[in-house]
Amino acid sequence: MTARAVGGIFKGPRYFTETIAQMDAIGVGSLTIIMLTGFFTGGVLTIQTFPTLAFWGQQGQTGRLVAVSLVRELGPVLTALMVAGRVGSAIAAELGSMTVSQQIDAMRALGTDPIRKLVAPRMLALLIALPLLTVIADVVGIGGGAFAATSLYGLSIGEFLNSVREGITTDDILGGVIKPTCFAVIIGAVACYKGLNTEGGTVGVGRSTTRAVVTASIVVIVADFFLARALQYILGMPAQ
Amino acid sequence: MAATESQHLTDPGEVSRNAAGSTFAEVDDQHRIIPAIEFRNVLLAFDDRVILDRLSFKVLRGETKIILGGSGGGKSTIIKLVLGLLKPDEGQVLVDGEDITDYTEAQMVAVRKRIGMVFQEGALFDSLSVYDNVAYRLHEQGLSEDEVEPEVRRMLRFVNLEDAIDKMPAELSGGMRRRVGIARALIGDPKIVLFDEPTAGLDPPTARTICELAMKLRDLEDVSSIFVTHEMNNLDYLCSEYAVVNEEGQVVFEREGERLCLTNSKVMMMKEGKVIFSGTDERLRKAEDPYIQKFLRGH
Repeated sequence: MTARAVGGIFKGPRYFTETIAQMDAIGVGSLTIIMLTGFFTGGVLTIQTFPTLAFWGQQGQTGRLVAVSLVRELGPVLTALMVAGRVGSAIAAELGSMTVSQQIDAMRALGTDPIRKLVAPRMLALLIALPLLTVIADVVGIGGGAFAATSLYGLSIGEFLNSVREGITTDDILGGVIKPTCFAVIIGAVACYKGLNTEGGTVGVGRSTTRAVVTASIVVIVADFFLARALQYILGMPAQ
Repeated sequence: MAATESQHLTDPGEVSRNAAGSTFAEVDDQHRIIPAIEFRNVLLAFDDRVILDRLSFKVLRGETKIILGGSGGGKSTIIKLVLGLLKPDEGQVLVDGEDITDYTEAQMVAVRKRIGMVFQEGALFDSLSVYDNVAYRLHEQGLSEDEVEPEVRRMLRFVNLEDAIDKMPAELSGGMRRRVGIARALIGDPKIVLFDEPTAGLDPPTARTICELAMKLRDLEDVSSIFVTHEMNNLDYLCSEYAVVNEEGQVVFEREGERLCLTNSKVMMMKEGKVIFSGTDERLRKAEDPYIQKFLRGH
């Protein structure tokens, strides 16, 4: 299904309007929760790490630690989990409802391939929106960390941002974009698959929705482990 | 293209071009010998449960095949096989003489364009208006709004729902949803229409309206159809009445009798995936099979 959906992105007929609508629902619609998640994650990272770093006299490295943690791990994973919860459930519920009410059969009967019409636009929208949301979460998270560091611990904003600049490499940013791209495929594929294979009426829709979120979240976390290791080799990040 | 091809589908009150030259005038047409739909020894099972057990039947051109039977008897499965939504384990399914059994999803797209499908609950797209639902097939073909709108209005007039053109499916009653579903199925003027329990759960007058639409398609438009139902009222309407255009150009329904005898409606009764009866409604009513008698009596 995923291969057909990806093929559907490149072959006609293309559903631009549907794709734009999905990007709006997935990207713009998720912006608030992603920014809130990012901001408070950055803040709590500062709260948890500053005292330890201060114990070793390294409080000036707070920005570096917050930025690296966010860009490499927490930004991509937390954004993916939030999107899996918000968007994955919505996709599974929508496609599940269409399946049990025979709208998918009707679509096929009317000569439309549901993979191209429904799955491909959602996959494409996720592939574009999730990396962008991740970058926003990273930036806002660093902002949250800076806010906590300056307001709670009296660290200067300049010192915080300097350590951020020193800590972040191009490879970190590249890895932080590759991961959400993979997570987008996982979330889209799982949610669409669960939705299109819904059985058992409205109860089945609820079941599919739950399974979509749980499965996508677990697969994202497991995939993150392997991606982290793979990126260390591919991008030459420090592995030890 | 659809606009020009579909000129023959009439509004109520207008004389159909096909009315004069369909079933009776075209009996010598060799094309009519090829059945619109044919099942040859079709077997379908899910796990150990046999859904269709070596099923064979034909639907001739301009004929309505009424498939009767209780729930779970495999009636709706037949329709899914015709549309290629399911594939048989064995046997062949032919549409217009074309063996579609092993067709891929891409190959089925062309076949499905020749078939209209009316779903049990209408299966309208919730997020689209009545207009967009009916226009769906034409929009997918990339036709311009100038071509699409007259077609949509013509179809909605055919089902007497032009006033509902801007409504959303959630605003429609059950009967209206089915009629919009029929309008959507008929856009592009398919010569084969499949009805999957289109009157289930509807009040008798609305069910009668749906049957009248099916009769109009059969008698005035030369459409071949499969009409899956478990309601005996549908059988009574479809097997005892026919649509004609009177001298005022109005479509009226007459009972078969002294003037005409209906030969273009056949009944097939199914039980547990097997055909237990195939023939006319008169023969069905005389059948001695206890299941058929129980089904006809309703108890």
